[in-house]
Amino acid sequence: MTEATRTGQMLAADGTPLKRSLQRALRAQKLRALMLIAPLLLFIMVTFVAPIADMLFRSVENQIVSDTLPRTAQAIRDWDHNSGEPPSDDVLAAFTIDMIAAVERKQHTRLGTRLNYEQNGLSSLFRKTGRGVGDIGETYRDQFAALDPAWTDPGTWIALFADPSWQADHDAWEAARTAARSAGRPFAEPVPPFRLKDGMAGVLPETADAYLDFARAVQGNRNGDPAARAPWPPVYLALYRDLTAVGVGRIATLDEAAQALLDPAHYAVRGFERADLAALYAGIDRAWSQTTVWATIQTFSARYTPGYFLTAVDLKQTPDGITSQPADQKIYIMLFERTLVMSLTIMGACVLLGYPIAFLLANLPMRTSNLLLILVLLPFWTSLLVRTSAWKVLLQQQGVINDILVWIGIVDNAGRLILINNQTGTIIAMTHILLPFMILPLYSVMKTIPPSYVRAAKSLGATNWTAFWRVYFPQSVPGIGAGCILVFILAIGYYITPELVGGTSGTFISNRIAYHISSSLNWGLAAALGTILLGVVLALYWTYDRLVGIDKVNLG
Amino acid sequence: MTIRGLLSATALVALPVAAMAQDLPPCENCADSMTVVSWGGAYQTSQIKAYAEPYAAMTGTTFTWDESSNEAVAKLRAMNEAGNITWDLVDVEGPDSQRLCDEGLAMEVDIDEILAAGDDGSTPREDFGDSAFNDCYIPQIVFSTTFGYRTNVAEWGGRTPDNLCALFDLENFPGKRSLERRPKKNIEWALLCDGVEKDDLYDVLSTPEGVEQALAKLDTIKSEVIWWSAGAETPQRLADGEVVMGSTYNGRLFSVIVEQSQPVEMLWDWQVFDFDGWIIPEGLPEDRLNRVLHFLHFATDTQRLADQAKFISYGPARASSQPLVSTHADLGVEMAPHMPTNPENQKNYLVNNIEWWADNQDDVEARFQAWLAQ
Repeated sequence: MTEATRTGQMLAADGTPLKRSLQRALRAQKLRALMLIAPLLLFIMVTFVAPIADMLFRSVENQIVSDTLPRTAQAIRDWDHNSGEPPSDDVLAAFTIDMIAAVERKQHTRLGTRLNYEQNGLSSLFRKTGRGVGDIGETYRDQFAALDPAWTDPGTWIALFADPSWQADHDAWEAARTAARSAGRPFAEPVPPFRLKDGMAGVLPETADAYLDFARAVQGNRNGDPAARAPWPPVYLALYRDLTAVGVGRIATLDEAAQALLDPAHYAVRGFERADLAALYAGIDRAWSQTTVWATIQTFSARYTPGYFLTAVDLKQTPDGITSQPADQKIYIMLFERTLVMSLTIMGACVLLGYPIAFLLANLPMRTSNLLLILVLLPFWTSLLVRTSAWKVLLQQQGVINDILVWIGIVDNAGRLILINNQTGTIIAMTHILLPFMILPLYSVMKTIPPSYVRAAKSLGATNWTAFWRVYFPQSVPGIGAGCILVFILAIGYYITPELVGGTSGTFISNRIAYHISSSLNWGLAAALGTILLGVVLALYWTYDRLVGIDKVNLG
Repeated sequence: MTIRGLLSATALVALPVAAMAQDLPPCENCADSMTVVSWGGAYQTSQIKAYAEPYAAMTGTTFTWDESSNEAVAKLRAMNEAGNITWDLVDVEGPDSQRLCDEGLAMEVDIDEILAAGDDGSTPREDFGDSAFNDCYIPQIVFSTTFGYRTNVAEWGGRTPDNLCALFDLENFPGKRSLERRPKKNIEWALLCDGVEKDDLYDVLSTPEGVEQALAKLDTIKSEVIWWSAGAETPQRLADGEVVMGSTYNGRLFSVIVEQSQPVEMLWDWQVFDFDGWIIPEGLPEDRLNRVLHFLHFATDTQRLADQAKFISYGPARASSQPLVSTHADLGVEMAPHMPTNPENQKNYLVNNIEWWADNQDDVEARFQAWLAQ
């Protein structure tokens, strides 16, 4: 009697219970299998899943507005665009600081381009404003300078706002630079990153914030030295605003040098000539005194936006809700429809042309059918571009096909057919290019249909047609299904052939996507269009699965 | 040939190169390869022949050429986002340089500091004049967009177009036209042929109605237009007889007319001048940047820019190079009459208004593309 039967447990040769030993072996096997597919899995994750996820993200991402105009996005939140009044001075002041920082970082034109997608004219408005915003606050700078020339000295600002430890770091850096220069050595050490003095944000919040941005922007721009430059005029605007708001008690918490500088200024600002921000902006461009521009900024200051998706279906997000695009800019629905209709047409043409060929391939004697198969495969192996260019040569008005037709006398020389740069061109060229994708699955399915079935039908009295239609055809349907899915899904995302032979009327949505990726640089819209296209394909695939059943598809 | 003979022969060949190499200051802390982006085709060949090959011979630098100038802005933006700049020097048209400079994707340079003075002693800024219109741009050539037409169109009954507006005259000059699939230049030409004066052009275009007026004019020939996006398409279509007239860059037409002797003529009326030049991507590591600057100093000097005109009919951007423009390297044709800057050719002309287009590109482009798709 063995041990195993006594305890009711089977044991492996080494004495461990068989179950556990088996599990261990299986786990090792699974791990090995996983490791074998790991490279492929990783490859698919990196090249397929990650880009699609990135595309999905880009289609809703809108951080550029809140990243470039953080203060404005905050300040404008409570403004009511229906009030008919442009936003208050608080918003304008916040916008001024944001804008000058964006100009210094060269981000304002990109932001203008982004907002221009939603409202025409904003691109040029932001460019124009970028040229003018540096002057806003000049009134205050001049008045501060008149009060005490020290205000235009960069050192004053450093002493006031820079952390003492940073000032020490900066002094050391400067000493090293002087030493290197006098020794004739190159010196590429960057300025130590600017740090704000503790407590300043509590006394002069806007100024500290603006000055910090100034120092960072100066450093970001080829390692400039904030200690060598007086701040932008808009920083003086912030100083003025802070000094009119802050109490004497707060200033008294600062060190003596700061008090000596700020106390007279605090007293004097009450007598300063005020700059009318609204008028200054209206002077740059009248658009700033209307509410529409501000409303657009407010609407699109969220970090995520449905705006791109709405544009992709000819809608538009406005401050008052979603509306339809003006008629002369509605093109995307039409392009989606065109893409679908033309892909279906191409798919149908492929079935009509491919079915007889596949039938011949499957039923001819081996020698002839092999030759035929090579004829099918040869173009399949030829470069896509070569084939498309060949169609250009064939189809153009002075091309081979028209020449032959004129020569035979079917068409008149003046009435040459227009076969290219329109939908006809796209359909002809794409049908040819996608035909093998229809023929090959059809062929492999037909190959498996036993010829005896048709013979049996005939021997039972069916005509040729009945035998084909009732017996042969139903068995070839899985091949048609596979070919159709393949051709349709390939066609719907085709790009290069429509681009080359489609002119303007025969191009697909994918050409539009490419245009937005490489020319207009509206990557968000391109991503939204791509996501919708992906969704359409998945939806069609799902419908097909429900109607026909994907397990019925047979690739041979 | 004996070994000694071989040696002396190489010495003879090497001599002029050695003499030139002495002019070239040594490049310290420089990468030994460069990735240069250009447009491909005859233009890139002219750059290779006029500057890259001589430079490579003198310094041993390896050049990798990428033909992506068409998508330079998109790709530089992507590289910048990815934080990995793989290009060292990029050839772009003026408007793209403006955009790259505005967005901080191109490096700001002081051309007086980094480029050679003109042979006539002028500073680079004086020498390049208007062509150096922003802080990032290092111009090479002046080119123009102009029209070519076929000379043997039966339907024209012996007439040939003598001005731009023949483009819109379907009655006297029937047939397909080839135009660029972009609004720029097309809308200016449309307005000029719709009775707008040159001086009022951009005032009219700045009103919303101006663009509509231009599109309405283009509507009259829309059915007869085949649009192009690559400069080679119009010459190809003209040569095939697919179109009877079309716009393209003057250098491309030069090769169809002079090098390939096709029955095509040039229509200089209202040619639009443009500049093409280099930008340096922002954020290059120091050794690569040093190499680029060293190369640029050589490649944009007076002689090199004049040399380029031996290979393509584009005018050098330096005034001091103009007198040195000679004959075509292979054909021996005098190049001056084929230059867009030849006085005979520039009776009516426009200069691409970079400023206006930088401000309005986004709006007009969106409107134009929607118009096209409808």
